[in-house]
Amino acid sequence: MSVKEATKTAPAPVHAAPEPPRPAKGHRAWDEAPRWQIYLPLGIYLLFTLVPFYWILLFSLRPAGSTSLVPWPMTFDHFEKVWTERSFGTYFGNSVLVGVATLLMTTLVALAGGYALARFDFKVKRAFMLALLCSQFVPGALLLVPLFEIFAELQMINSLGSVILAETVFQLPLSMILISNFIKNVPYSLEEAAWVDGCNRMTAFRIVVLPLLRPGLIAVGSFAFVHSWNHFLFALMFLNNQDKQTIPVGLNSLMSADSVDLGALAAGGIIAAVPVVIVFAFIQKWLITGFSAGAVKG
Amino acid sequence: MAQVAAVAKPPAPPRRRRASATPRRLPYLLIAPAALLMLGFIAYPVISVFYYSLQNYNPTKPWRNGYAGFDNFVHAFTKDPVFWDTLVFSAKWVVVEVGLQLLFGLALALIVNQTFVGRGLGRALVFSPWAVSGVLTSAIWVLLYNSQTGITRYLADMGIGSYGTSWLSDTSTVFPAAVVADLWRGVPFFAILILADLQSVSKDLYEAAEVDGASRIKQFWHITLPHLKDAIILSTLLRAVWEFNNVDLLYTLTGGGPAGETTTLPLYIANTSVDAHNFGYASALTTVAFVILLFCSMVYLRLSKFGGESK
Repeated sequence: MSVKEATKTAPAPVHAAPEPPRPAKGHRAWDEAPRWQIYLPLGIYLLFTLVPFYWILLFSLRPAGSTSLVPWPMTFDHFEKVWTERSFGTYFGNSVLVGVATLLMTTLVALAGGYALARFDFKVKRAFMLALLCSQFVPGALLLVPLFEIFAELQMINSLGSVILAETVFQLPLSMILISNFIKNVPYSLEEAAWVDGCNRMTAFRIVVLPLLRPGLIAVGSFAFVHSWNHFLFALMFLNNQDKQTIPVGLNSLMSADSVDLGALAAGGIIAAVPVVIVFAFIQKWLITGFSAGAVKG
Repeated sequence: MAQVAAVAKPPAPPRRRRASATPRRLPYLLIAPAALLMLGFIAYPVISVFYYSLQNYNPTKPWRNGYAGFDNFVHAFTKDPVFWDTLVFSAKWVVVEVGLQLLFGLALALIVNQTFVGRGLGRALVFSPWAVSGVLTSAIWVLLYNSQTGITRYLADMGIGSYGTSWLSDTSTVFPAAVVADLWRGVPFFAILILADLQSVSKDLYEAAEVDGASRIKQFWHITLPHLKDAIILSTLLRAVWEFNNVDLLYTLTGGGPAGETTTLPLYIANTSVDAHNFGYASALTTVAFVILLFCSMVYLRLSKFGGESK
């Protein structure tokens, strides 16, 4: 830019090549594609994205038996029925509990571990990093049997604690890698400066590093919440009593019922989606940053 | 920061302070909770899966339990046609699903990386299915594919498909139907991963290319794609492992049916353990899945140059 401006303002040297002529059409900067090349495919893709959302909203709001394509007259009967008769009120409470507990545990444990990985060199660090990477390939679903055995041994079958523990453990590796990358982005010299001013390590971390980590922690916490909110198999396997179940299990039971009540299914789906939508509306701007911090690069 | 300034101590000599602030045990204490949790709930279960794979183990048939040697594996490879079918379907599912997600995800990332009016809203909307769970995706697509009231009925009116059976209960349509449902949620995920990397491409490169008169297609091939190469390779592998492992969607969408048409190996394992309580056999199948995943991990570690020079 500065070069271009310079050639414009300064008297051109005699031997300078003339600026390459810019073709008037079809040749623009990389982020200035012709409008239709953006809006047309985006519009088609939006249709594919939004029609299913509209469909579930439509089914949840229109009366049973209606074939109207607009949810009018509108009814909330399906929601009422699902919330009370199909116990979604209970499921919702359980899911919130699991989600929040998983969020807190994952963030705390990953914060401690992430700090160690970001700031220290210690003997087993390499082995630990390797374990973190490898454990990303270990699917929770394949470990159902031994996990069930462990929780039976711990007397935790049918308690939400089993699901919280399992969700936390499987969230940890990625969360720790993410947090340690975020901490690495905070200059070490800031912490050292705080020590010079007389802080101990803990205080320095609290007043210097932690505030700068906030976007990262929000991203990691949200991922943990959303994952545990959405995950299905652990709750299905470890919780037998209906009053202990979570939303996804409730949703599955609505689907596998002999005569599927589509209105109830749609309403249940909306209830399942609402907290996640709220979380994402809230963290939207940190989402991309969170991944840029190194989730992909490991 | 005010608190820091208020403490008006003269600075201590750096070396002593650093030594006292960093006890040698500290890093170990910090990783201890994570390490213990992972040892107890990942490492130990993995080992016990290997142990169970050599056992007859079925809580509902305790009289048959005991050491079985490699019987479970022999049975899987020689006498269980379902096992082979699930392997073939797993491969088909992963290749098709990841291939299409890569293609559409890359295109979507390139589009929403442009500057245009309403970009923020556009991104939020096209990425929104990413937050939706496998079970909820199933619920939504069960509604869409319903033969009486689904969108498939309206499509049939327009000459796409036919009336009658749901796309999910017909062996000829269930595969594409399941693929589309999973794409709905998977493409945004892929697009987010690629977009994150796309934003780190220096604009100077494009400006330089611009001055040299390179077309946008050339800029894509010579600047964008090479820059994205690593991210694409790694996210493709991660995604492949994830699509292989993921059970939620197919378990709730098709239950593996109709007629076992959409049963992946992990889904077969889940069915064998959760429904049939055949824990020994399920563990043997899990061991096979682990070997496949181990191979993928090795490829991943090699490609990500783990332990090599960090950039």
